[in-house]
Amino acid sequence: MAFPGAKRWLLLGIALAILASYLSPQFNRYYLGVIIDVGIAIILATSLNLINGHTGQFSLGHAGFMAVGGFFSAWVSLHAGASVDAVWYFPLVLIAGGLLAAAVGLLVGVPSLRLRGDYLAIVTLGFGEIIRVVAQNTEAIGAASGLKGIPKLTNLGWTFGFAAISVYAISALVNSTYGRAFIAVHDDEIAAESNGIDTTRTKVIAFVTGAFFAGIAGGLYAHHKQFLSPTGFDWLKSIDIVVMVILGGMGRTAGVIAAAILLTLMPEFLREFSEYRMIIYALLIILLMLLRPAGLFAINLKRRRHS
Amino acid sequence: MDWFFQQLINGLGLGAIYALIALGYTMVYGVLRFINFAHSDVLMLGAFTAFYIAPKIEKLSGSQSALGCIMVFILAAAVCAIIGMLIERLAYRPLRNRPKLTVLITAIGVSLLIEFTAQNEKVFGAAPQPFPQLLPEHALHWGALVVSSNDVLTVSVTTVLLVAMWWIVQKTRIGTAMRAVSYNQQAAYLMGVPVDRIISFTFGLGSALAAIAGVLYAIKAPGIEPLMGVQPGLRAFVAAVLGGIGNLPGAVLGGVLLGLLETFAGGISGLSNYRDAIAFGILILILLLKPAGLLGRSSVEKV
Repeated sequence: MAFPGAKRWLLLGIALAILASYLSPQFNRYYLGVIIDVGIAIILATSLNLINGHTGQFSLGHAGFMAVGGFFSAWVSLHAGASVDAVWYFPLVLIAGGLLAAAVGLLVGVPSLRLRGDYLAIVTLGFGEIIRVVAQNTEAIGAASGLKGIPKLTNLGWTFGFAAISVYAISALVNSTYGRAFIAVHDDEIAAESNGIDTTRTKVIAFVTGAFFAGIAGGLYAHHKQFLSPTGFDWLKSIDIVVMVILGGMGRTAGVIAAAILLTLMPEFLREFSEYRMIIYALLIILLMLLRPAGLFAINLKRRRHS
Repeated sequence: MDWFFQQLINGLGLGAIYALIALGYTMVYGVLRFINFAHSDVLMLGAFTAFYIAPKIEKLSGSQSALGCIMVFILAAAVCAIIGMLIERLAYRPLRNRPKLTVLITAIGVSLLIEFTAQNEKVFGAAPQPFPQLLPEHALHWGALVVSSNDVLTVSVTTVLLVAMWWIVQKTRIGTAMRAVSYNQQAAYLMGVPVDRIISFTFGLGSALAAIAGVLYAIKAPGIEPLMGVQPGLRAFVAAVLGGIGNLPGAVLGGVLLGLLETFAGGISGLSNYRDAIAFGILILILLLKPAGLLGRSSVEKV
């Protein structure tokens, strides 16, 4: 199924984002913060969905790429001086952070994507942890204590602008002739390979693209929270994103976006039960896998597709 | 030279624990072909079982007696064997014929469930608690070398268990069945091997080993807490892959090698901050260069 009127939605999304950013000073600061969290979660979940969902390569290191983009752009902002105030500065530094994350994604992806299933999951988890350990021991980015006082540049406009772009770019990529290769690799790697698809290349492209958007999300996150600590990017953060993809149904863009919104808002509503949040999370994963492995929003008619 | 031998002894003590945990990973992988993420949490549960029953045993058998210590080990192993079988029955068995990814995600879910339930204030609480002393600790001097009696205990318990495992797997009827299930589950089923019962038994055995490793680890560690299993579990998993997953002697070799490597790296200043990264670095190298592990045989994927 093509993405109907995808470009229209993209334009609408960006227009709404610009409008919202003009109105945002009138919003309650707390709600504003939560809504920006939601936007960042949407970028993270859709980018991981390209890797885990559409291409079927289970990655547990997404927080690592987020950390790369976040720490890089935050470090630049802390050293950029007056140019931080320029309009062009923020999108540029975000994209630079994304590109660096993509480069790291390439470094990680080329060797590890030869592996499958369990092994790939473990290796990506390992790489994610290595990125965190390296961040923890690098003095330039504050080592274990992290970076403080990052300028607050993230607003509704940039967040949802980039969210709209990433949803559009990933949907367009998957729905292109070229992008069919992702789904072919997901459905049956051996069959895809014997039909002339360069499976390793396809997987690496998915991985690098996913890492790029994770890096942008990391940059947005850094300039939203104004504080970054390496421990915030451990593998539980990766699990958070994975749960969004699973809950939404792997490879279902709309479902994954809905899950990202739901799972970001849920802890805000369940503040008083926060000590049970992770227990509920874990139970949710197990029950979903036992009862609805195709995701919470999957429609029964479609479930037969990958039997 | 003394430094070298001292690190060697410390490394062996650590490596023996890794080997015990790695055996559990490898045995479960052998029969089910999946990584039991919850294994490291069973280890933690073993340590906590010992933590709660040790004072009660002490009342029966006197303080720090050998008999009481053995009782604690056996009870912890028994409790964890039951927990392991329950996990398999409730979470993994319904997914037996589903895609591997589904089982993997479920295993991560089970692991998180145990960890976060244990961290809750009403269960164990997140704060570390001091582990009771099961046996009086001596320091044995041998020239300039110091050997803790706990290390001697660890290495000897591990050796006994390794021999026992080898005997179970190679010499008994149920061990033969385990090897049959590992080789070809369907063929074993057709030959009348009760596959479900064998898998359940394997989980029980692996979890009992994890529990004993957990108690041994707790004796050496300053305190026990709900996430205590994560680090040794991860290392042991690396050890299992290093030796060739599914291969019992490989798991032991990998465990000892990793224990030694980590102790030596920890002794060199500058490297000690990167200990976690070292374990993962080894894992990544092994998977890329020799994915079947040191002792494993590579298999051809059938279409």
